[in-house]
Amino acid sequence: MRHVKWIQLTAVAAALSMAVAGCGGAKSDAGSSDAPAAGSKGTVKLAINPWVGYEANAAVLGHLLESKLGYTVDKKNLKEEIAWQGFETGEVDAIVENWGHDDLKKTYITDKKVAVDLGPTGNKGVIGWYVPQWMVEKYPDITDGANLNKYANLFKTSESGDKGQFLAGDPSFVTNDVALVANLKLNYKVVYSGSEAAIIKAAQQATAQKKPLLFYFYEPQWLFAKEKYARVKLPAYTAGCDADPKKVACDYPDYILDKIVSKKFADANSPAFQLIKNFKWTNEDQNLVSDYITNQGMTAEAAGEKWVNEHEATWKPWIPATS
Amino acid sequence: MSTAVTDVTVPAEAVDPAPDPAAPGPRRKLPGRRTLILLLVLATAAVYLVVRTSAPADDDNPWAFRFFSGVRDWVDANRDTSPLFLYGFNYLRLGVSLLVDTVHGALYGLGWAGLVAAAGALAAVVAGWRIALLAVAGFLSFGVLGLWEESVDTLVLTLSAVLLAVLIGVPLGVLAARVPAVGAVLRPVLDVMQIMPTFAYLAPMTLLFLIGSPAATIATLIYAIPPAIRITALGITEVPKSTVEAATALGSTRWQLLGKVRLPLARPTIVLAVNQAIMMALSMVVITALIDAPGLGQTIVQALERVNVGAAFDAGLAIVVLAVVLDRITTHAAHRAAPTTHRSVRLRLAGPVVAVVAVVAATVLGRMSSWGAEFPAAWRASFAVGVNEATRWVEFHWYDATEALKNVVSAGLLDPIETVLTTTPWWLFLVVVLIFGALSSGPRAAVIAGLAVAGLVGLGLWQHAMQTLATVLVATVATMAFGIVFGVLGARHDRFALVMRPVLDAAQTMPSFVYLLPAVALFGASRFTAIVAAVIYAVPPVVRLVERGVRDVPATVVEAAVSSGSTPRQLLWKVQLPMARRGLLLAANQGIVMVLAMVVVGGLVGAGALGYDVVAGFAQREDFGKGLAAGFAIVLLGVLLDRLTQGAGRRADDNRLRRPAT
Amino acid sequence: MPPTIAVDHLWKVFGPKADKVVGTPLADLPRAELRAQTGCLAAVRDVSFAVEPGEVFVVMGLSGSGKSTLVRCLTRLIEPTSGEVHIDGEAVRAMNPKRLRELRRHGVAMVFQHFGLLPHRQVVDNIAYGLEIQGVGKAERHRRAAEVLTLVGLDGHEHQYPDQLSGGMQQRVGLARALATDPAVLLFDEPFSALDPLIRRDMQAEVRRLHAEVGKTLVFITHDLAEALSLGDRIAVMRDGALVQVGTPEELVGAPADDYVADFVREVPRADVLSLRWITRDAAPDEVLEDQPLPAGTVIRDTIERVLRARHPIPVVDGDERIGVVDAEQLLPALTGHRPPVPA
Repeated sequence: MRHVKWIQLTAVAAALSMAVAGCGGAKSDAGSSDAPAAGSKGTVKLAINPWVGYEANAAVLGHLLESKLGYTVDKKNLKEEIAWQGFETGEVDAIVENWGHDDLKKTYITDKKVAVDLGPTGNKGVIGWYVPQWMVEKYPDITDGANLNKYANLFKTSESGDKGQFLAGDPSFVTNDVALVANLKLNYKVVYSGSEAAIIKAAQQATAQKKPLLFYFYEPQWLFAKEKYARVKLPAYTAGCDADPKKVACDYPDYILDKIVSKKFADANSPAFQLIKNFKWTNEDQNLVSDYITNQGMTAEAAGEKWVNEHEATWKPWIPATS
Repeated sequence: MSTAVTDVTVPAEAVDPAPDPAAPGPRRKLPGRRTLILLLVLATAAVYLVVRTSAPADDDNPWAFRFFSGVRDWVDANRDTSPLFLYGFNYLRLGVSLLVDTVHGALYGLGWAGLVAAAGALAAVVAGWRIALLAVAGFLSFGVLGLWEESVDTLVLTLSAVLLAVLIGVPLGVLAARVPAVGAVLRPVLDVMQIMPTFAYLAPMTLLFLIGSPAATIATLIYAIPPAIRITALGITEVPKSTVEAATALGSTRWQLLGKVRLPLARPTIVLAVNQAIMMALSMVVITALIDAPGLGQTIVQALERVNVGAAFDAGLAIVVLAVVLDRITTHAAHRAAPTTHRSVRLRLAGPVVAVVAVVAATVLGRMSSWGAEFPAAWRASFAVGVNEATRWVEFHWYDATEALKNVVSAGLLDPIETVLTTTPWWLFLVVVLIFGALSSGPRAAVIAGLAVAGLVGLGLWQHAMQTLATVLVATVATMAFGIVFGVLGARHDRFALVMRPVLDAAQTMPSFVYLLPAVALFGASRFTAIVAAVIYAVPPVVRLVERGVRDVPATVVEAAVSSGSTPRQLLWKVQLPMARRGLLLAANQGIVMVLAMVVVGGLVGAGALGYDVVAGFAQREDFGKGLAAGFAIVLLGVLLDRLTQGAGRRADDNRLRRPAT
Repeated sequence: MPPTIAVDHLWKVFGPKADKVVGTPLADLPRAELRAQTGCLAAVRDVSFAVEPGEVFVVMGLSGSGKSTLVRCLTRLIEPTSGEVHIDGEAVRAMNPKRLRELRRHGVAMVFQHFGLLPHRQVVDNIAYGLEIQGVGKAERHRRAAEVLTLVGLDGHEHQYPDQLSGGMQQRVGLARALATDPAVLLFDEPFSALDPLIRRDMQAEVRRLHAEVGKTLVFITHDLAEALSLGDRIAVMRDGALVQVGTPEELVGAPADDYVADFVREVPRADVLSLRWITRDAAPDEVLEDQPLPAGTVIRDTIERVLRARHPIPVVDGDERIGVVDAEQLLPALTGHRPPVPA
């Protein structure tokens, strides 16, 4: 760490003096440096988006990078869109679980050419509206979105007034909920819980105390291994039905979760890049690591290490041949 | 009083209009005023019933959002081509980055042992050995909590921002005090900066300076600089006229006066300004974690995302410790800077020498030995597990009670107020603000408040602004209720005040974020959560102001009341509280501004409205324009509330000055 | 030789339209009416006087009479509204800032009621301040500071801080600071008003001694008549911004210009101030007189014993000329009718 900063310092000073010397002003990536730290092959700057599944990917990759390839890993807690901005400034090398974001891909990959798509993580992403299982047993037709208005009264809370409450997550998540409520003419109000943990807590409470709850949720997600939740069917997704975010009236698509890295990082074609490129696992793998982190009180680092120790067969092929 | 002063000040009185003998006493005027207000309230209610709306949703893409989104797109497209960025903002960012990296390099270069020694040595030199012990213990506790790197990162950002705040703020403060025009221009700017909730800065910062430490440092600088300027200006203004005059009479030039008289005499106050800047910076640095600033803020944001109260507790504790250490060092330094404390020359020289030797020794030892590389893991301790268990217990056992409380307050108080506010047409609200603002705070304040209302309308966020306002009003009422109760208790019972003081100290240095966690744990995602957090956040300063207000009632008046046979209760209601009115209004003004700041942060945990718009604005690309507009709307709301309450405070003061003492 | 200080039709008006008062009929209004009409306060109204080299000139008046404003106008610590001040023949109001600073640095020093010491500096550095801002080297200014320190009797206190000294000692520092630059003129603005009576008397003695030793021109502001009488070669009495009377102590007590001054000096023991000149009568044509005459300038109190013991009236002479005679009958009215003498 210490050395990295000193090197950055020199880089910034150099950039500053170069720019002052009349080299045409300072660009937005001036001052960032990829010089390797002493005793390490270099630093990989991983963005950490705010949900546990993402952390699981990052934990395993981080552990492999550090213990098997000898890199230093700098984890940065960033929301999705902010992390993408990091490609431009050099603050971020890789995002290791990306959910769609076609608009960002267009801006940063196609237009600005500062990022590169490294292909799927192997995880299939599902986003949808869910209710706890007990509600399905009591109100069997609730899983059809067309019937939601009938049950709106059940979901009333202090926050939703005379409408039903729809509990959403972190404002930074991929969501169409507000548009869906409006366009499907649902008598609901979207309330943001603020984080994944808050949704999970609400879902667990709804199951334990048999309280009605309609909420935004997604897979892969360790909670599904513990408790059952049913997805509410909205009008089926068709290609392009979510093109205009304000006019969405269809369910979320299934996502092929993928990895995005910065152009610079890709061009260097380092072993770290190779490893991230090769990384591919299943929803079960991820849920296992997420469970370690969330329910077994492990730090992300410890969880990553534990999984790596137990699943050599899975990760062995990811390690680039040259190292 | 010297005759010189009398001679010079007489004109001020001369300009003052003589009391109008024809004006009836305020006592006789009061009933008329009351009737007028009552009539106005009734009229307002009647008009409202006739013209109320069905709270139509705001236009979801008004020009303001499109405008801000346009600005963003332009900036994004031209960040590397426009001269404004190539030669302006990008340089600023690089320069600040250089500063941060230098401070970072210096602190990390010392190693943990060296840094602990440096903190102790610095404290010993400027503040004495007791504070040095505190500093050493405090810095060690960061390592013990397992938060060494995070704490040092936070310290790095804080120091960088404070350094800039002092370098810019002190000269500006001097200018503001010496050049009336500069002072006049700066005052309203500082007013707005101080009521601007921290949250509102972040999106514009990322737009101009991208994410990372430089943007965080600049945001922190903006937050920390107003007190640096204000207090410096105060210190310069307070330099005794007689001393300046004496130095002038000896033929000092302006610069000699500044360098040899004004600055040295204002030094303790300027150190106090640094102290305030540090405190402000610390609370802001945590929030900048949202734009990728490293440090304890990251730990707290992460804890918030996982609803991990324990982890936030450890990090919050580290921040409080850091705040307490920095606060004690600087307040003692301010005390020592006072011209009335003199130490022998020998001591003044020996201290720094010993200190430097100690730091060098610790650094070298730390770097040479194996344990110096990283803080020894064996010394670690954490409160996280215990706190989490306690939280879980409370969550489990109090669930029904907290739910009931939340529902009662939401349905009984929050919803009706929100309904009235959101169904009031904006023009009626504007008229009400103008009329009642003029009555309570005078026409000037009313016009400014009215302009703020118009701005809210123009930004296209009327409904959200009214929802936020409703939450703010409820939280302010609760804050004042708690604040007055505790403040009065503190003023009347010394022992209670003694117990309360350290609690208030800690509460005031705790970053606002930390308060969200217990609230979320207890009340889930709701507006009520934001209210609870806001009340916890705003009560300490209100308690302080109320306590001081009551205590400031002159002892002679209290004595007179007691000797005429007042019971303690009569004394409180008929003497102390009425005479502390100014303190109470000041407390309300402070409270309301702080509540607003926290309610907005509550957007992170389900409070919705403007706070959510801001959060979403820097989380979602398509909401950027809305987020920025919401940031401005929050500022306008702050101006509105501040003008109305601050004006009322001033007015109460005027009244008291005019009213003959009874 | 021109007077050291010459003040000529000096005005100082505070207020919104201060410059629109002098030279108009408004200027003739009494102070209170001017204030009611314009909101302006005429602190100094058309004041003229001259101070001779080596003289101790006292300006006396009640608080609010404008005397402190007047003394500040002399070196433009307060900018006069109109009129002129000449110091050693040079017009002060015409000076540019640099020349004005020179005057303050070398020509005229001031001692203030509230001392105006720098609390963060030791006594020696306070005294040396005036020299420091002139650019005098450290060794030289400390040498000079040590000299004046001795002069004002503060030896041994040089390394203390002002707040470690008593009020009287602090004012000695103020005095030393003013003396350090060796100015020709010293201005005192009520320097002893904030001190206890006993210390005040010591300090007054100190000023008399210093005046005798260093022979500077002093302008001394006070509201204390006894102080004025004991120090002043001449006294100017101010009221509502204007000078009522300028004269020697004897002239003031013996021939007050108006009721105001008369009222002021009524309490003064005349025998202590007036000389025989004020009470002589002409000798009757064939009156028998004592042989030994008394000089006319002798203060009455000093003649009591001789006059009362003399069998005949004593002739009073001014030089060789006899201006009259004095006997107990003349003496007694000057001694009686007064409350116990004010300590002077």
